[in-house]
Amino acid sequence: MWGQLLAILYRDLLSEWRAREVVIGMLVMALLTLLVFNFAFDLTGAQRAASGSGAFWVAVVFATLLGLGRMTARERQDGAWEGLVLAPVERSVIYVAKLLSMVLFVAIVDLVALVVLAALFDLPVFRPGVLVVLALGTVGLCALGTLFSVMTAQAKAREVLLPALLFPLAIPVVIGGVRAMMLELSGAGAEAAPWKSLLGGFAVLFAALSVLTFGVVVEE
Amino acid sequence: MTSSTPVLRCDDPILIVDGLTKRYGWKTALSEVSFSVAPGTCLLIVGPNGAGKTTLLRILAGLTRPTAGTISWFGRAHQVVPVEVRARLGVVTHRTMLDPDLTVAENLFYYARLYRVAEPSVRVREVAELVDVVGLLHERVRQLSRGLQQRVTLARAFLHRPDVLLLDEPDTGLDRASRERLRALLDRYRERGGTVLLTTHAYEFGLEVATWALYLDRGRVVWTAADPTQVRAQLTEMDSPVVPV
Repeated sequence: MWGQLLAILYRDLLSEWRAREVVIGMLVMALLTLLVFNFAFDLTGAQRAASGSGAFWVAVVFATLLGLGRMTARERQDGAWEGLVLAPVERSVIYVAKLLSMVLFVAIVDLVALVVLAALFDLPVFRPGVLVVLALGTVGLCALGTLFSVMTAQAKAREVLLPALLFPLAIPVVIGGVRAMMLELSGAGAEAAPWKSLLGGFAVLFAALSVLTFGVVVEE
Repeated sequence: MTSSTPVLRCDDPILIVDGLTKRYGWKTALSEVSFSVAPGTCLLIVGPNGAGKTTLLRILAGLTRPTAGTISWFGRAHQVVPVEVRARLGVVTHRTMLDPDLTVAENLFYYARLYRVAEPSVRVREVAELVDVVGLLHERVRQLSRGLQQRVTLARAFLHRPDVLLLDEPDTGLDRASRERLRALLDRYRERGGTVLLTTHAYEFGLEVATWALYLDRGRVVWTAADPTQVRAQLTEMDSPVVPV
């Protein structure tokens, strides 16, 4: 099982390293979003942390959506997905491997976006609490996104269907991420604990549900 | 010559298909298809475009669920093709299933690990020799022609020494020499007890390798033939001309 999981993960990373079509697109989307918000918001005073964390999560959600769409399209292009589904690999292993690939890609975008956020919004982003919020939010978003990207992959209007399905269900991640990050950035990290619990619970719940239902999604 | 009913049956089958039906909304792609396949044989599935050949192979491979009917692989009935059955099938579809940004060797190693092939380095070289792509092992798939990609696809299908090959137009893009090599490969595979289910538009190629045939039209089995002579006679009697290779 581990050998198969690592094989899928290695192939995804190697393929992305060669093609550079998923992460680059995600980075451009995230950076453009941060840049636009940098000009749109008033960055003086107490609102800076709230504006910064809001802009950051909007950038991450948009970038993740773009990455999920691109990953799915690449996988379907020459039937590589069919090859994976035909192989004697448990569906849950496929899901976990795809989730890990996506988490790695989004984590790269998170870190670069965090550096840009620090530069543009002048915020103390490199705090352990911020990184924990980021990790929990990223896993939750990717857990849901990976499932839905496979679910909508065969649909004609998948570019519309994926955000339409993902956004409503990802609201707890976005709200929890924004609130927790804002508290961490404004130096009130202790108050962020409930929001971190929400993010952690969401990540565990949707990762577990996805592992259980991924087989049905793939077969249908 | 023609079977009285279009149901192909044999003793001790490796595959039993019973009343298989597939509907996509209002359209029926397959209707009440029944047949069985004996080990070591080659079943040629022929028919015009849209007859349901690809749908049938996709259902047998586990890529699509049937609307009704049952499939029994290796003596066990399944609704969903399980992992242990998938490990014994080698599948070629219209798509290469290869990652264009990886080299031929990287693609084959990837599948070797998915199928838990013992000594993958040795086996990758063996299958590359089988389809004559040893010199291309370090080329990226994207840089290969469709015919060369098809040869790599065949190598991938043979990689894990499957008991059954499901080949949907495996001769697509192959030149005459490669097609001849594929025919010899399938003959050797069958001599060693392998079973082949094959669709092709090049009936001459199919005639050379098939022991049984099943003709589909609009999702229904129109006729079956249970030995090579019958297969040839049926195909040459058909209204559709035999396509020269």
